[in-house]
Amino acid sequence: MKPRLWHFHGGLKLEGHKAMSMHEAVVQADIPRRLVLPLQQHIGEPAEPIVEIGDSVLKNQVIAQASDYVSVPVHAPTSGTVISIEDHPVPHPSGMSAACIIIETDGKDIAIETNTTPVDYKNLEASALRNLIREAGIVGLGGAGFPSFIKLNPGPDARVETLILNGAECEPYITCDAMLMQDSPRKIIDGLLIMRHALNIDKCIIAIEDNKKAAHTMLVNALREDETSFINVIQIPTLYPAGGEKQIIKVVTGKEVPSHGLPIDVGVVCHNVGTAAAVADAILNRQPLIERYITVTGDAVKQPRNLRVRFGTSVESLLKQCEGYDVQQCIMGGPMMGFELTSQSIPVIKTTNCLLTSRKKYHAPTSMPCIRCGECAKACPAQLLPQQLYWYARAKDFDKIQDYNLFDCIECGCCAYVCPSHIPLVQYYRFAKTEIWAMERDKQKSDIARERHEFRLYRMERKKVEDEERKRRKKALLKAAAGDKTTEDDKKKAAIEAALARVKAKREQQNSQAKNVNEEELTEAQKKAIAEVEERRIKAREKQQIKIEENKEESGSS
Amino acid sequence: MLEAILVITVLAVLFGLLLGFASVRFKVEGDPVVDQIDALLPQTQCGQCTYPGCRPYAEAIAKGEADINQCPPGGEATIHALADLLGVDPKPLNEEHGVHSEKTVVVIDEQVCIGCTLCIQACPVDAILGAAKQMHTVISSECTGCDLCIPPCPVDCIHVVPVKDTLQTWKWPYPENPVESEEVS
Repeated sequence: MKPRLWHFHGGLKLEGHKAMSMHEAVVQADIPRRLVLPLQQHIGEPAEPIVEIGDSVLKNQVIAQASDYVSVPVHAPTSGTVISIEDHPVPHPSGMSAACIIIETDGKDIAIETNTTPVDYKNLEASALRNLIREAGIVGLGGAGFPSFIKLNPGPDARVETLILNGAECEPYITCDAMLMQDSPRKIIDGLLIMRHALNIDKCIIAIEDNKKAAHTMLVNALREDETSFINVIQIPTLYPAGGEKQIIKVVTGKEVPSHGLPIDVGVVCHNVGTAAAVADAILNRQPLIERYITVTGDAVKQPRNLRVRFGTSVESLLKQCEGYDVQQCIMGGPMMGFELTSQSIPVIKTTNCLLTSRKKYHAPTSMPCIRCGECAKACPAQLLPQQLYWYARAKDFDKIQDYNLFDCIECGCCAYVCPSHIPLVQYYRFAKTEIWAMERDKQKSDIARERHEFRLYRMERKKVEDEERKRRKKALLKAAAGDKTTEDDKKKAAIEAALARVKAKREQQNSQAKNVNEEELTEAQKKAIAEVEERRIKAREKQQIKIEENKEESGSS
Repeated sequence: MLEAILVITVLAVLFGLLLGFASVRFKVEGDPVVDQIDALLPQTQCGQCTYPGCRPYAEAIAKGEADINQCPPGGEATIHALADLLGVDPKPLNEEHGVHSEKTVVVIDEQVCIGCTLCIQACPVDAILGAAKQMHTVISSECTGCDLCIPPCPVDCIHVVPVKDTLQTWKWPYPENPVESEEVS
C-alpha cells in the first residue's frame, strides 16, 4: 500500500549532481599525521579537555568531556600523542579559530581496551540508554549537530507517536547518507530500533527521496519480517528542501510544527539516518563516534567519491586523496546551505557531510533592486514573506522583522535562488538573526550590570548607615563609661570615709578605755611618763593623719 | 428637569467613586518612564553623560534636563531606541561626552599591581576582586568597560583590551550591495 503523503509549501526542483560521487565504493580515508579536533563540534557548550600536552592517547579514548547538559564528549579518532591544545581554524562561516586538541598520530591505530559486549538495550532503561549515547559523543549527523541524547528525551509530558529517520538528503551533490543507506542498511535499522526503544514508541518511518532508489531497496530488503509491521520505509518526492526537519514531518505526517515550536510539539521525533547508524555502533559495537561518511565532490576533484573519514582530518588531506586539482573554492556542506572554507587546514568534524570543490571561484552576481515579483514568497518552504523580511533586515528594523517570524526561516536559500534580482536574501536574514542574538546578549549583560550596580549602591548605603550606627553606639558606650566612673569614685570615697570613721571610733575607744592599769595605783612619775607617751602618740597620729590626707588629695587630683 | 439633574448627579458620583477606587487600586509605583529609559541604557555606569550612573541619567532624561544623545557606550542604537520611546527625533551623539567605540574590558597587570584597593572602590559593578596588599583581578564577564578604575590606579597597571569575538558572538556582516546602496542614496 502506498502511504499517503503531503506537500510542503514552495520548494525547488534542483539538479541533483549526485551520481558523480556514487560510482566508487566507500573506503577508509588515510589518517594524516596530524588530527585537529575542535572542542566544539556540536550545538551547545564546548567540551572540556581532559588530556594534557604530551599525553599518549589511544583510539576511542575520551579526550574531552561534556561540560554542560547540552554538550557531548570528544574521543580520540586514532592512537598518538597530544602535541598541542590551542586555537586553530575550525569549520565555521566566520573562518575563526577556536580551541582544538591536536594529536600527532602514530599510524598504529591501537584502540583503548574497553568492554565490547553489545548492550542488551531491550532490558535497559531509557535514561541509561541515553547516557550511553551521550558518552559515545553522538550528535545529529544531518548538519545541525544537536546532541542526540536530548532529542531522545522528550520529557515526561510529551507524547511521541512517530519516529522519523531522515534519509532525504535533499541538497545537490551530497551523497553520504545515500551511500551509508546502501552500505549498512541493517545498522541503520538497528539504530532505529534502539531509538524506538529509548522513546518507547511503536511507529517508525524511514523517509528517502525518490532519487535514491538503490538506498530504498537496500533498506526494504534489510527489514526483517516482523519489523515490517511498525517500520515503514517510504519514498518522498525529490524536492528541495524535503530534508528539512519541519518539511519532512509535513510530507510524511501532514502535521505542521508550530512557529517557535519543536517537532515534539506535534508528537514527532526526527533523526538523521547517519545518527541511527552511529547509535547502533555505540550500543551494539560499543564504538564511540570517531568517523563518518563524507562526500568529496565537485569539478575540482578527479575522483569524486565518499570516504569514511576520521574526525580531525584536514580538508587538504581529503582533497589530496580524491586527486583535487586547481581547487579555487571549497564549500563545506552543500551548494545551497554550505559555507566557503577560508583555509584547507580546517579539519572535518562531526557535522561535516560534504566538501564541494570548484575550479572557478563563484562571484555573486551584482544584485539589483527588488522588483516585488513575489517569487521568493512562492518558493519559501516555511511560508514566510521573504520580501518583507528583506526590507526590515535592510532597514535594520529588528522588532518588525520578528513580527514576520524571522526565526522560522531555515536559511535554505530557496528565496535567494529564485530571486531575479540576485539579492543575497539569506545573508540579510542571517545578519538580522545574529544582530538580534547579539542584542539579546547585550540586554542580558546590561541587566546583570544594573543589578550589580544597584546592589553596590545598596551596599554602600547600608555601610553608611551601619557606620553611623556603630559611631553612635560607641559614643553612647563612652558616655555610659564616664558616668560609671563618677559613681565609682563616690563609692571609693565613701569606703575611705567609712574606714576612717571606723579607725577614729576605735581610737576614741582606745583613748577612753584602753588603759589596762588602775590609774590610782600609779605613782606621780609613772603618770607623767604615761602622759608624755600619750602626747607623742597623738603627735605621731596627727602626722599620720596629715600624710593620709595628702595622699588622698594626690590620688583625687590624679 | 429635576429627574435629569438627579440622574446626572448620581452618575457623576458613581463614576467619581469608580475613578477614585481605580486610582487607589491600580496605583503605579515609581516612575515607569524612568524605568523604561533605564532599560534602554547600556548600564555601563561610566558617567560619561555627566550623571553618576545610568539611572540618574534616565531620571534626568525623564525630567527633560538631559538630552538623549549623551551616552557614548550606547551609541546610535541607544539614541534611536530612546527617540522611539520618547517620540522625539533622533540626533547624532554629542561628541562632548565621548565617541562610541567597540566594546572593551579592562585587565589588571597582576605583576605590577600593588594591592591598593583604589580600583575596587571605583568599580561601579563590583567587577574587581582583591583585598588590601593582595593582588587584584578583573572578573571580565562582569566588567562593563566603563574605565572608571583606570584614573585611580597609582601604578598604571590597568589596561583596556577589546572584547574578542568568539564563535558564539560572531555576527554575519551586513551584505555588501553596491548597486542598491547607490540607489538608496
